[in-house]
Amino acid sequence: MGNLFTIIIGAIFINNVVLARFLGLCPFINSSDKTDKAFSMGAAVTFVMTMASFVTYLIFTYLLKPEAWLLVKLFGGTKIPQIGLQAVLQTAVYILVIAALVQLVEIFMRKSMPALYRSMGIFLPLITTNCVVMGVALLNTSYARVELSLLEAVIQGFSAGIGFTLAMLLMSGVRERIGLLNVPEPLRGAPIAFICTGLMALAFLGFAGMG
Amino acid sequence: MLRELTKGFFKRNPIFVLMVGLCPTLATTTAMKDALAMGMAVVAVVTCSNAIISLVRSVIPKGVRIPCYIVIIAAFVTIVEMLMKYFLPLEVNEKLSIFIPLIVVNCIILYRAEDFAQKNGVLASVFDGIGMGGGFTLAVLTVSTIREVLGNGTFLGLRFSTSYTPMAVMTLAPGAFIVLGLLLAFFRWRALRKTRMAPAQASVPEMPEAQEATA
Repeated sequence: MGNLFTIIIGAIFINNVVLARFLGLCPFINSSDKTDKAFSMGAAVTFVMTMASFVTYLIFTYLLKPEAWLLVKLFGGTKIPQIGLQAVLQTAVYILVIAALVQLVEIFMRKSMPALYRSMGIFLPLITTNCVVMGVALLNTSYARVELSLLEAVIQGFSAGIGFTLAMLLMSGVRERIGLLNVPEPLRGAPIAFICTGLMALAFLGFAGMG
Repeated sequence: MLRELTKGFFKRNPIFVLMVGLCPTLATTTAMKDALAMGMAVVAVVTCSNAIISLVRSVIPKGVRIPCYIVIIAAFVTIVEMLMKYFLPLEVNEKLSIFIPLIVVNCIILYRAEDFAQKNGVLASVFDGIGMGGGFTLAVLTVSTIREVLGNGTFLGLRFSTSYTPMAVMTLAPGAFIVLGLLLAFFRWRALRKTRMAPAQASVPEMPEAQEATA
């Protein structure tokens, strides 16, 4: 239980995906100018990221890593299970899984939750090429510092999504205020957003010693 | 043809002007040699994928072109990843860690495939890839030079002065954001000044197109 709590706090505050790990900056800069837009984007990313963590973890553990169960079943006598398919297939499999998942979620939501679809639907296709989803999937599996269990991986994916949403919401609050000010023309838009993000990251550095 | 090669460096620099592929620009620029390795990896992937996509562009059906591009790009990313694991020192690989496989979702590469390689010949696409990759390398080198010199007091790992006290914040996350913000502002200031100096030409601002690409 304490372990899960550490993962949650770590993924939201200490290693915030945007402010400490530099993942998902394109949507962070491009859709954080309005609060409702920022919230929809954050919710869509959190949703896809939780699902993607689940699926990629299963694929990694049972198919890609050395001595994986399915590999031993399929290529028992050969050398393939010892090496694993991770180095060759991981990148391609992960991106395809995420793309397929995003499509699936989009179709499902359009049919069964039209209201929710209207609020975050337009952001869904963009998530495929958003590095935050694939980055967290990689950090859960082959780039994990300690090997995670399935529950821990899913919790980490979900908390990273919450951390992303938190950063988006904070940023949109700041940017709505900036919108009322007279910013020098070269700084308007993305440059001032980056400088604000820098100051916000400075504040988040205060969490760095924890854990 | 030469124009395809040079446009990526300044006029349509993917980072400073088009603002695509920002994540690796911040994450891999604490030291210049990491940035150089990252830049070279992106040059290799964008050039090869541009060439192949432009070769097979008439075979791929329009409806499924994006998944096809992604698979082609993923193949080259895997090759580059393996080569880098083998040839580069361990500490560079550890610094770049997830950002090498993440080249596959880097907006620059898919953007060039969609915007250029599927409409143009192989040679032009290769030049475009080299130019855009080169522009990216130039950008990450600029950011990393500022961050390494100010934050670590070194240039390419060599200490240049004993009296300078490094600003540690530059090597951390906040420094990266602020340096990139100021650089973006500088490039926009230059573009604005140019349009003001030549009002007769009434040049179309390039920002809307860039936002479409990243949005």
